[in-house]
Amino acid sequence: MGENRRPLLGIESLRKSFGKVEVLKGIDMAVHKGEVVSVIGPSGSGKTTLLRCVNFLEIYERGSIRIDGQEVGYRDGDNRQRRGETDLARMRAETGMVFQSFNLFPHLTAVQNVMLGLVKVRRKPKQEAREIAEHWLKRVGLGHRIDSLPAELSGGQQQRVGIARAVAMEPKILLLDEITSALDPELVTEVLDVVRQLAEDGMTMLMVTHEIAFARDASDRIVFMDDGRVSAEGPPGELMAQAGSNERLDAFLSRFRTSHL
Amino acid sequence: MDAMLYALPFLMKGFSITLWVSALVVVFSLAAGLVLGVALVYGPRPLQWIVRLFSDCIRGIPILVLIFVVYYGFPPLGISINSFWAGVVALTLFKAAQVIEYVRGAISSIPRGQMEAGKAIGLTFVQRLQSVIFPQAVRRFLPPWINGVTDAVKGSALISLLGVVDLMQSINEVIGRTYEAMPLYLLGAFIYFAINYSLSLTSRFVERRYAYIRD
Repeated sequence: MGENRRPLLGIESLRKSFGKVEVLKGIDMAVHKGEVVSVIGPSGSGKTTLLRCVNFLEIYERGSIRIDGQEVGYRDGDNRQRRGETDLARMRAETGMVFQSFNLFPHLTAVQNVMLGLVKVRRKPKQEAREIAEHWLKRVGLGHRIDSLPAELSGGQQQRVGIARAVAMEPKILLLDEITSALDPELVTEVLDVVRQLAEDGMTMLMVTHEIAFARDASDRIVFMDDGRVSAEGPPGELMAQAGSNERLDAFLSRFRTSHL
Repeated sequence: MDAMLYALPFLMKGFSITLWVSALVVVFSLAAGLVLGVALVYGPRPLQWIVRLFSDCIRGIPILVLIFVVYYGFPPLGISINSFWAGVVALTLFKAAQVIEYVRGAISSIPRGQMEAGKAIGLTFVQRLQSVIFPQAVRRFLPPWINGVTDAVKGSALISLLGVVDLMQSINEVIGRTYEAMPLYLLGAFIYFAINYSLSLTSRFVERRYAYIRD
């Protein structure tokens, strides 16, 4: 574990409060290049807040989040000065994010949704951006719907556009925030298949999910969060085995055992 | 009828002044209202308070009072202002306060996730406004704003009280010569109506044009 094994995403003693409620109570976590890490845990455990801190959608004050060695929200130096708008935008472009509620731009077609960041942020010429966007839309199985508006697409299709929009930017790490929670059950698989494909292609991913079975199959590591802390973590098999000695983890997992069997 | 035909040439000058005042007010208030409206939604707290205070105060004052306040209040402050510009400034203040509210309403109607999605792909604040927020907000902004434009045209008639010879004042002047009030006021009413009705038609057209964006 030398300097060359510096994690792609390194989180240290991260704390975050909303008013008087402390939601994250000191999180340490590392995600290495090419790794797929799933964060599971009961609702209110802080998983989504953690994910949103990673691209500074939530402002964290205490602790540190580094991507490729660079602090996400603050300039280097001792006085911890918030990054300026342009600087922050540049940092955010290094992470891709897929939202639970898709958040596609409703006034833009599928291909325009994917192109926007390529043109405005990556400064690609329109034609090149369009080719990249079409390429990614084909990859997520939407080559035939590139000119559709979001309102004309099903939930599963919208979410796949959301994934294409994020990965087309070639982010260093992809953040997935409960991306199947808003979908009808029959649409979940088509989205998870895309994620699985990305994982196989070596995309580094940090995902918050309620799909325990999927997390077990597709992740290199699972992190179990409880009450603002990392309560347990490890490769899927190892983590499941810890359930015997971790009461909270056992309680959490048992809900899925009963509901799925 | 004869009275109307006689009056028409006299009214043209006033008509152009009314259009000119309205146009200036619409342009200035749009520019100021957009900036202040964005400040009200996204600005730092103290700035929000200032804009809020400005908007609430202005909207709580009758426009006629505002016109006299500017006309009689500015010169003692060392700002010399003629009746034409006093009218334009007062109407602009009044309109801008309304535009601020239209902007606030239009922007607030857009789900928070839109701003976040824009942030997530690395757009800067200005780019997010340009490419994500404004194109969606415009649909909600335009109908009330165009209605507001008709208000500006109608409201501009008040500056005749400062002696500016706009459409209203030129009607009054012709009546002063001919003593035929009713036909001329009808004619004036019709001209104001013609301007505003064409604006309303535009508004309806624009609404349809942007109807494709669903919520």
